[in-house]
Parts: sequence; C-alpha cells; structure tokens
Amino acid sequence: MKVRFWGVRGSIPSPGPKTIRYGGNTTCIEVRSDAGELIILDGGTGIFALAQSLLAELPISATVFITHTHWDHIQGLPFFTPLYIPGNSLRLCGAHDVVTGTGIEQVMSVQLQYSYFPVREAEMHARIEYQTLRVGATVAVGDARVTNTILNHPVINLGYRIDCNGKSVFFTGDHEPYFNIYEPGDEDYAEYQTLIEGKQRTIDEAVAGCDVLIADCSFTTAEYPAKRGWGHGTFAASIELARRCGVKQLVCTHHEPTRSDDELERIFAEALAQCRLGPADPSVILAREGLEIAI
Amino acid sequence: MTQTAPEIERKLAIVVERMPAFPKSVQKILEITKNINCTPRELVGIIEKDPVITLKVLRVVNSAQLSLPNKITSINQSVVYLGVNTIKNLALSIAAIGILSSTNAAGFDIQRYLMHSLTTAAFARQLCTVYAAGEADPGDCYIAGLLHDFGKIVFAQFMPEQFRQVLARSAETRLPSHHAEQELIGADHTVVGAMLADKWQFPPALVDSIRSHHSPAAPAAAMNDCLRMADLISRQLGNGDTEPPYREGETPINPERFGTDLDRVVAALGDRDKMIAEALSFTQAGMSR
Repeated sequence: MKVRFWGVRGSIPSPGPKTIRYGGNTTCIEVRSDAGELIILDGGTGIFALAQSLLAELPISATVFITHTHWDHIQGLPFFTPLYIPGNSLRLCGAHDVVTGTGIEQVMSVQLQYSYFPVREAEMHARIEYQTLRVGATVAVGDARVTNTILNHPVINLGYRIDCNGKSVFFTGDHEPYFNIYEPGDEDYAEYQTLIEGKQRTIDEAVAGCDVLIADCSFTTAEYPAKRGWGHGTFAASIELARRCGVKQLVCTHHEPTRSDDELERIFAEALAQCRLGPADPSVILAREGLEIAI
Repeated sequence: MTQTAPEIERKLAIVVERMPAFPKSVQKILEITKNINCTPRELVGIIEKDPVITLKVLRVVNSAQLSLPNKITSINQSVVYLGVNTIKNLALSIAAIGILSSTNAAGFDIQRYLMHSLTTAAFARQLCTVYAAGEADPGDCYIAGLLHDFGKIVFAQFMPEQFRQVLARSAETRLPSHHAEQELIGADHTVVGAMLADKWQFPPALVDSIRSHHSPAAPAAAMNDCLRMADLISRQLGNGDTEPPYREGETPINPERFGTDLDRVVAALGDRDKMIAEALSFTQAGMSR
C-alpha cells in the first residue's frame, strides 16, 4: 500500500509563509492498495491538488471515506475535478447523521445549495454513488478492506482501518480520548468509567497491530485542559495509543491552523522528549503535504 | 381497533415524534446550553429525568440507520457513543418542540404521571442494586422504571377522548387502568409502550419489562421483578398515578427474590424520602397551566 498526504491542517486552510513546509490544506489522504485501487480519506481542501494529479490517469474510480462532516473534512469535495468528467466514478462512504436523520448523501447536497455553490449535482457527469455505513461494517475496495470504528468527536466520527495483503493503516479522523464526565465520588463515576474503558478496548482492537496509525494530534498536553471536550487528541495520547496497540509508525496530523512550521517542530520535539520513546516504541513523525509512505 | 399493527405503530411513532418534553427539562436544557461550557453530567442529569427526551435519545442511538454493535440502554452510554455535543443537539431539538402541557383533553395528570415514573425509576435502580446485583444493570432498571408507563402519555395525546373514558372507568371501578384500557381501547399501555420500544429496537429486556409489568404470570426476570416491585412500592407510598393504591393481599412479586415482607423491601430502599424529594422538585417546577 501507499499513503500520500494532501492535507494535514485542522479546522481551516492556513496557507502562507509560516506553513509552507507542512502545508496549509485541510485533511485529505490518498491511499493506494497493492493493486492500485484509489481510496481517499476525507475531502478537505487538500483533495483539490489530488484531483489535479488524477487528471493524468482518467478515467478514475475512487472510493472516498468521510470520517465526519465538519467543513475541514469535506470542503474540497465540490472541487474534486473528476466529478465533472463523464466516465469517472466516485463512491462516497460515511456515517448516518443522527441529528438530521440523513445519510452521507447530505455531505454533497448541503454544500451544493445554490446560494453557496453554482453547480448542481445533476451537472456533475461522473457516476456518483453514496453509501451510508453501518457502524463497524467492512467495505471491500478491490483488494483492500476498509473497516470503520466509531470514535469520539462532537459529531459522529468514523475511524477507518484499511487492510491489504497483511498490511494495514488506521486513520482516526478527529478523535479525543474519552474522559469521565463525572468526578470521583459522584454516583455515576464508576459506571461511566466502565463504559469508556469498554469503548476504548473496542478502539484498541481496531487499531491493534497497524503498520501505520494516522492520528489527530491537535494539541500539546499543556494546551489540552483548556480544550477538553472539543473532540481532539494530543501528541501524548496518540503516542500512548500507538504504543498500547503495537503500531509500527505513528503519523501525527490535524495541525492547529495557528501553528507555524517552526512552532510545530518545536512542540513535536518536546512531546517526543516527554514520551521518552525507546527502541521498541513506534516511530513517530509529523504529517506534511506531499509525505508519502510505502507500507 | 380496525387498523393494522404497522399503521398503528406508524401513527404512534408520529405522535411521539411531535410530543414535547416536560417543562423543567426544557427550561433547564435551554438554560444550561446557553453556556458553551455546560457540563456533560449536568445535561445527562436533566435528560435522565424526562421520559420523553430519554425515549427519543434511545430511539436515535439504537436506530437501524446507525446500527451500533451494541444495544444502548442508558443516557450515559449514549454520550459515550455519540458524544456529548450530539446528545446536546438532540435534546435541544426536542426542547424546541415546546412544553408538554399539564392539561390535556383526556384529563390525564401529567405531573402525577412524571412523579410516578421518576419514583419507580429511582426505586427500581436501588432494588436492582440490593436484590439483583449482577443479574441486571441498575441503570437499565432505572430506564425501565422511567419508561414503563409511557403508553399512558401516548394514549392521552393520541386518543384523548377514549383515554378520558378509561380514566373515568378506572376511578369508578377502582381497578388498575389497564383493565379499562383493554375494555375501551382494545390494548393497554403496556402493549403500546412495548410496541414503540420494540419498533425502535430497544434492548429486548427493556421491551419485555415494559410489556409485562402488569402481568403476574410473566416469567421472573431480574429487570421485570425490580420494575414491578418498584411500581408497587411507588403506589404504596402514594405516588401511584392512575393506578389504585397498593392493597394488602395483592399477588406478591417474586417472593424468592424479595421475600414476603414488603416493609423490609421498602426499608432496603434506603433514603427513599430523598428520592421522592428529588422527583418532586423536578415535577413541580415550571408546570404550565
């Protein structure tokens, strides 16, 4: 398998001289199976550059897995150029939205309202198919299998594990490690602790033994207390998850939009030092636009 | 009833869809959610006291579209799976429907219904801890108590005229209202409550306990036993809603579990005055007249 990063930024695109090394586009990851099947994880603004690169190999058949429908993970979808060209096909997979009661098809229709975008879906000439995923389901994409797990974010966020010929990569999308909403001593504290430990075990099982874990590392440990409940992870928590699950390599992503390249490298170095990684631990790197990993 | 079961189910589901929640929870939800940092436990504490919101949250989280690998039986569990923000948004959309009026064409006393549901819920949880530890989950028993009579509130909204007659008949005969419901409506509140819970794929034990809470012949099961005993004690303590007060000589509930001395079971509840006071403070505030 091959993994290539087209967008690594969280929340909002942040181009400019201070983000030139890691990139300012929001989340989009391209995964190629051994047989060359095209899997796209999230459609943030990074998907536009990916679309340009695909124009050389038309017609394409792509399967997009949306972790969740916040803007920074979907905003590039209408700009995915192959959508406008007959002969291409796109399958869009994602979660059911419990608040609106709609399936993943709304990810496009919401963005294509006429006041916000000039083109209607009917004018997109590629074949578009929507697949609302059952939680825990596995979807076959050629020689790859993609299995989702529900993670912890303000909207339903599916993490995806892609398996292909014994190799695997897991992408969290946006995820905050669970915390107990009760204080020790509260009547419900113990029950809630049991619930979140059970849920964490399910996630650990889904991540177990992955070659590559791509995880939401928005915050430092020092920043986190002020951001608790926002639905994002820390470097330390992701390193801990990778260690616990026997992951070979951790790629830290969802960089804060206000973080300059220099600052990102500085806090990353600090996080690594605090976690005291040993030789048996996973290797840990920062995601950047253009980074390619062969598994 | 001349309509088919699926038609009735569909109509009942629509009634519940449009049913507003109780005044105190609507008021509290609107109040605490103005603050972006409202604490999740505060929100859970409010939802858990409102049968309408609880039912609707469980319906969403157990829905076939989502098809979670496990059945979800509590609000805490719903928060773990869907996240507190999603639960907050669901609660807000329910709060936006309005406030359940304390008066209705059936003359059904919503406040007494809520008082009975809340005390039964609190007692069922405590009974589970004392008498059924390890066999059922105390939180699940709480939910069973909170939702066991939901069928009545559906009758009051869905067929107020017939339910008015039911209430008059049961006051006259001094028999539990499910007798008059069967006679005048053709189905009682246990059937309606269980039908909805089943339609929305609630856990089977919860559906069963709602269905069988007036059936002495139903097989003994931990949650059923705790619910029926809690229901009985709630009536004995004068919070029986439309049911007549407990009378000496009623069929005892699973004596193998609870023994034969009802006073001892009541004593095992611990600080029941506190549970009653908590329920009362929730039911009294903000009732619209």
